[in-house]
This record gives sequence, structure tokens and C-alpha cells, in this order.
Amino acid sequence: MTVLATLIPIALGLGLLGLAAFFWAMKHGQFEDLDGASMRILIDEDDELPPTV
Amino acid sequence: MTAPHPPGPVQSLYAVEGMRCAACIARIERGLPETPGIEAARVNLSARRVRVDHVPGLDEAIIIEAFKGVGFDAHPYAGEEVESAKSAETKALLKSFAVAGFATMNIMLLSVSVWSGAGGITRELFHWLSAIIAIPTVLYSGQPFFRSALAALRNRRTNMDVPISIGVILATAMSLYETVTGGAHAYFDGAVMLLFFLLAGRVADSMMRARAEGAVTALMKRLPREATVIENGQQVRRPVAMLLPGDRVLVAAGERIPADGTLVEGHSEVDRSLVTGESLPETVDAGAELLAGTVNLAAPVTMEVTAPAEASAISEIAKLMERASESRSDYVRIADRAARLYAPAVHTLALAAFVGWMIAGVGWHQSMLIAIAVLIITCPCALGLAVPVAQVVAANALMKAGILVREGSALERLAEADEVLFDKTGTITLGRIDAEGLPTSPERRAVLAALAGASRHPLSRAVTCALEGTAQADVDGLAEQPGLGIEASVEGTRWRFGRPDWVGTEAPDHATKALAAFGPVGGEASIILFDDHLRPDAAAAVAELEALGLPASMVSGDHEAAVAAVANAVGIEGRARVSPEEKAARIEQAEADGRKLLMVGDGLNDGPALKRAHVSMAPSSASDVGQTAADYLFFGESLSPVPRAVRAARRTMKVIRQNFGMAITYNIVAVPLALMGKVTPLVAAIAMSGSSLIVVANSLRLARAAK
Repeated sequence: MTVLATLIPIALGLGLLGLAAFFWAMKHGQFEDLDGASMRILIDEDDELPPTV
Repeated sequence: MTAPHPPGPVQSLYAVEGMRCAACIARIERGLPETPGIEAARVNLSARRVRVDHVPGLDEAIIIEAFKGVGFDAHPYAGEEVESAKSAETKALLKSFAVAGFATMNIMLLSVSVWSGAGGITRELFHWLSAIIAIPTVLYSGQPFFRSALAALRNRRTNMDVPISIGVILATAMSLYETVTGGAHAYFDGAVMLLFFLLAGRVADSMMRARAEGAVTALMKRLPREATVIENGQQVRRPVAMLLPGDRVLVAAGERIPADGTLVEGHSEVDRSLVTGESLPETVDAGAELLAGTVNLAAPVTMEVTAPAEASAISEIAKLMERASESRSDYVRIADRAARLYAPAVHTLALAAFVGWMIAGVGWHQSMLIAIAVLIITCPCALGLAVPVAQVVAANALMKAGILVREGSALERLAEADEVLFDKTGTITLGRIDAEGLPTSPERRAVLAALAGASRHPLSRAVTCALEGTAQADVDGLAEQPGLGIEASVEGTRWRFGRPDWVGTEAPDHATKALAAFGPVGGEASIILFDDHLRPDAAAAVAELEALGLPASMVSGDHEAAVAAVANAVGIEGRARVSPEEKAARIEQAEADGRKLLMVGDGLNDGPALKRAHVSMAPSSASDVGQTAADYLFFGESLSPVPRAVRAARRTMKVIRQNFGMAITYNIVAVPLALMGKVTPLVAAIAMSGSSLIVVANSLRLARAAK
């Protein structure tokens, strides 16, 4: 049963990690525009670069 | 003003039609900042909105023009701040929801081991671990319920949150007692799962909540803050609030008229669309009545103020709207109606269980456990999800079909509507002036494009729109004659575009249409007609509404001939020259007769009616007042979103009723079990999640509601 002493903290730790990640994502506006994100990946950033002098 | 630092950019929201792809996003976000004054644009594709960062005071028209330049139709989106209190509330609930979800999963993991037979020291360890997770979670995630329950109790009322709070707190406290004394059953999983499911409902509900607060503020924004007053022959700038009847005010061309009054000197044209809904400009001469908030188009005029600012027509509309929204807030949503019946029943049952088992002599500990089981089992998990989840799924489906639901109870109210009242301009018609009879020869078109392109008059803009893509001729000596038109020379010939008598031709007798003439001075001139066209499928949409059992009629502030023409084309009854007060009064009368009206309108003049009606819709091209007053916004040129929304709302209500039925069936089965003391934490967990999942699954069928 000593394995529990290791596994339960790991399980809880991973859960908390996920929770922290969700809080971070929400704070940084990751859920503001869910449809847009799937489109933005297609935008080519290269043509936006200013011409090199 | 010479400020050392330029003021920072301000943000405005625009509702934009037709954004669908990556290229659209890129075009808007890169194209817009090329317009001077616009610093950045950010597209929100889910909400079909664009946030524009621009210098303060940049004209709306310039930003809309910039959108046109990249190929999109945009309208200012009013009502919701970029970072509103409402979205903050949703965020807070979402956090509580996430915490409850985390706790539910972990406690469930521990509980499953206990249920499958973990005993002795392991069970005690797992109960303690559950307690360590559950107690902070209940304290954090339970707050929305505790706060609402406290507020209700303070007002000596009860709501759904009272049994929820009591249930959660008692279950947690009892479980803690069990844990300390080494008992067999702990309900931590039940308490936390309850919060999890209920918070899912709350998050969904919060997404649907009312966002329309600022209708009246938006209205008053339409008035300029300062006016140029002529005092002893001198021009003085003065706040509009200080204007008194008798003051003489100078209104420059292109300026908004600051107060109600009469024209004393000058000859100009006025765009009254904001107040009367009339899309064509009106010619005004000395003695004409001017309304605050309308735009002086052609030439500077002097006016005499007849009413102080707080008594102007626009302020009267604002007051009407305030009154109307008070009456609207009386509406009790279906979930709250259910809660009023449900909460006392639950309390009585739990109390009866406790008293009954005490009398039966099982002791307070056992009686308490059973009472808590009753509270947990009856806690309205499925009931709490029944309405909000169905509404959110339906609202998303409508959003994809180009209909925005702006109010939480709007779907319920739309499903009840049994009559439709349409406004004319901008609602049944497009509210856009189209030019007809443009010259056909390329030379003439090029000259006309050059003339019209140099003027900001609504008729010129209509011509510019119609001639888009035409190369402009090289002109010189361009001059705009206020009240007459615009003229310029091309290769020695003087061309004019403007009033027919000024251009040199006779105006034909058209009562309903605005017109202008175009031609060379002394040469052959042609007449250009301007008309506001019907929405392409207006008649079909009206017929569809009738088939759904909603007879339609039309009210308009416009004159008889124009109203009759539209009414006949669509096949409905129309009433002309109806003032904003009369529109609202008519609705009030109909509602007093027991009918529930759906008002579809767009203008400021429809504001009170939109607020007063049982439910209301506005096109996204509506004035910001119309937008904030309406429950639904629809995008695009078609009128078919109106019947579509009605159908979707009715389907939503059908699903909500099914959900209620299922939740109640579940209670009828589970409550006797709980009363008999047969509900262990395992049974409670299965019953709760089972009923919630069924309700959510049933609601998901609404994803196709707007088809």
C-alpha cells in the first residue's frame, strides 16, 4: 500500500497542473475567439514583414 | 488644444458581416490600420465582431469606410463594453466550475475505491484526502450559491440556491463528522459533484444573461455636447445642457443639431433617419422644425432653440425607453418560476424525512443522514441544467445562422410571441438608398463618379456606391454649392450633379422618391432616382411568419405613399406617420389585450417599441439604440432570420419542457428511495450524474435548431 503514498500525490499534482493551465489560459484570453484560432493558423505571417533595407 | 501627449487610443466594437475565413481576418487586421487614425484591429470570429483601436474622436463613418475599403460591411456594435462586468462574471463562474471539476474527478477517484471495498485505514485515509480537497472547493466554488441564498434570505424570500446551499453545507459538515469518527459513508463526492453540475448550468446561464443596459446612454451619446451660440453678434461655444429656448445657434454643415428648434436663417437638407426612420434627406427652409440629434447636411444654418435639452424629442424617447424597460423586467423566467415551486417542496420533504425517522426512533444521526440524502437527491442538478444548456446550444446554433441572441430570456419570450409588428425603413426595406437611372455611357459615368465621389451628401454616397469600380474623370474647379449640388469642369465643359432646376431640367412628379439630375450646363441632363429597396425575401418571410401563426403588420414614421408602396409589395397592412410614442402605445394596447408582440425594428424611433414589446429583433445595421434595445440581432440582407428565430425558439422551449419532464421523472423515482433511507453515496452519485447527462444530451439536439 506504500505505492499509494507516491501515486496519490502524483495524481493530485497532475490534476492541479491541469487546473493551473486552465486558469492561465483563461487569464490570457485563449477562449475569447475559438473559431478564429482555427483560421488564424492559415494566415501567412511572412508577407507582413517589412521589406529589408 | 495642444496636449503635450496625444491621448491614448480608444476601443470600439463593430459587428461585421461575411467574415468566414482566414483571408478575411488577415484582410481586416492588416487593411484597417492603413487608414490614418486606426491603430489596430482585432477580429473575433466567434462573435463576428471586430475591436478597433483608434484615436479618440475618429468619426464612425471613417471606420466604416475603412471596412468597406477591405470589402466588409460593418456597423457599430453598441451595448457591450470591450471588458464588461458581465464577461467578468462569466470568467469568475468558469473558474469556480474548473475548480469544482478538478475536485469532483479526484474525489470520485477516491470514492470509487471506497465503494469497491477499501476498508479500515485505507478508507479513513481516502476520506481524509477527500475532505482536504472538498472543503476548500466548497468554500471557493460554492460562493455564487451561498451569496445568492443569503441575499434571498435577507429579503425573507427563498430561491433555488437556498436548498442547494443548505444541502452542500450540511453534506460537507456531516461527511466531515463521519470522517472524524471513522464512519462508513462520506458524501464529499456528492456535495462537490452537485456544485460541479450546478456551476455548469450557471456558466451557461451567465453566457446568456442580459447585456443590454446602455440603450439610453447610447441614445444620449447622439447629442453633441457643445453648441455654437450667437450672443450679441459673437459666436460662443456653450454646453448643450445650458441652451435655453430663444437662444440662436449656428449649426455648420455636417454637424448634428444640438436641440429642438426652428430654422431662422439658411437653406439646407437634414438627415432625420435617426429620429424618424426616414432614409432620404429632407429639405428645410426658414421656419422648418429641426429635431435634436438629426444631421444638418448641406449648408450652415442658424436656428432658434424652442425646447431645453431635457425636453427635446430625443430625450422624450429616452424617457419612454426607461419606462418600457422597467415593465420588461417584470418578466419571470421559466427557471425561476420552476424554482418558486420547487424550493419549498424540497425543504418540506427533507424536514419531513428527518422528523419522520426521528419519530420512527432511528436516532438523530441516522435521521440526519437520510435528510441530507433527500436534499442531495432532490437538488436540482438536472433542473439547473435543463434551461441554460438548452438555451446556450440554441443560441450558438442561431449565431452560426447569423442571429445573435442578446438576452437570457429572449428565447422563452420569442416562443410565446403571437403577432409581429414591423418597422419599415431599414427593417422591411434595406434602409439604404440605391440609385437608379444612372447614365450608361462610360464618359458620363466617369464624370459622375468624380462629382459624387467629392461629396459626402447621402445621395452622392449612394451614387458612389453604385458606380464603384468606375474610373473617375479628371476634373477641375470642383465646387459644392450648399443646397444645390456639386459642379466641376471637364475639358472645358461645366458638369453639374444636384437639384434638377439647378442642373437645368424639370423634375418628374414622383411623390415617394428622391431624385437628382446630372448633366452638362446647357446640355442634356438626365434624372437619377433614389429609392430604398425591399429586403429581397421580405414577402416570403412574412408569409412564413403567418404560417407559423404570427400575423404581421407594419408601422412607420414615414409618409402614407411610401408606407403603402412597401405594405402592398409585401402583402401586409401598414400604418403611416406613427410617432415613437404611438408605436410603444400601440404595443402596450395589444399586450393589454393579452397578445404577445414581436417587434422588428431598427431606428432610434423604434427604441421604445423594441423595449416595450414582449420580444424584439433588430437588423445588425440598426442604430446603436435599436441594437441595445432589441433582444435579437440578425445579420445580412435577408428577412428570413425572423421566422427562423421563431422556429428555433419554439424548438428550444419544447426541449426545455422535455428536460423538465425528465428531471421530474428522475425525482419521482429517486425521492422515495431517499426517503426510505436507501440512498448511499454511490446511488446518489449515479442518480445525479445520470440525470444530468441525459438532460445535457437532450439539449445538444438543439445544435441543429436554426436549420
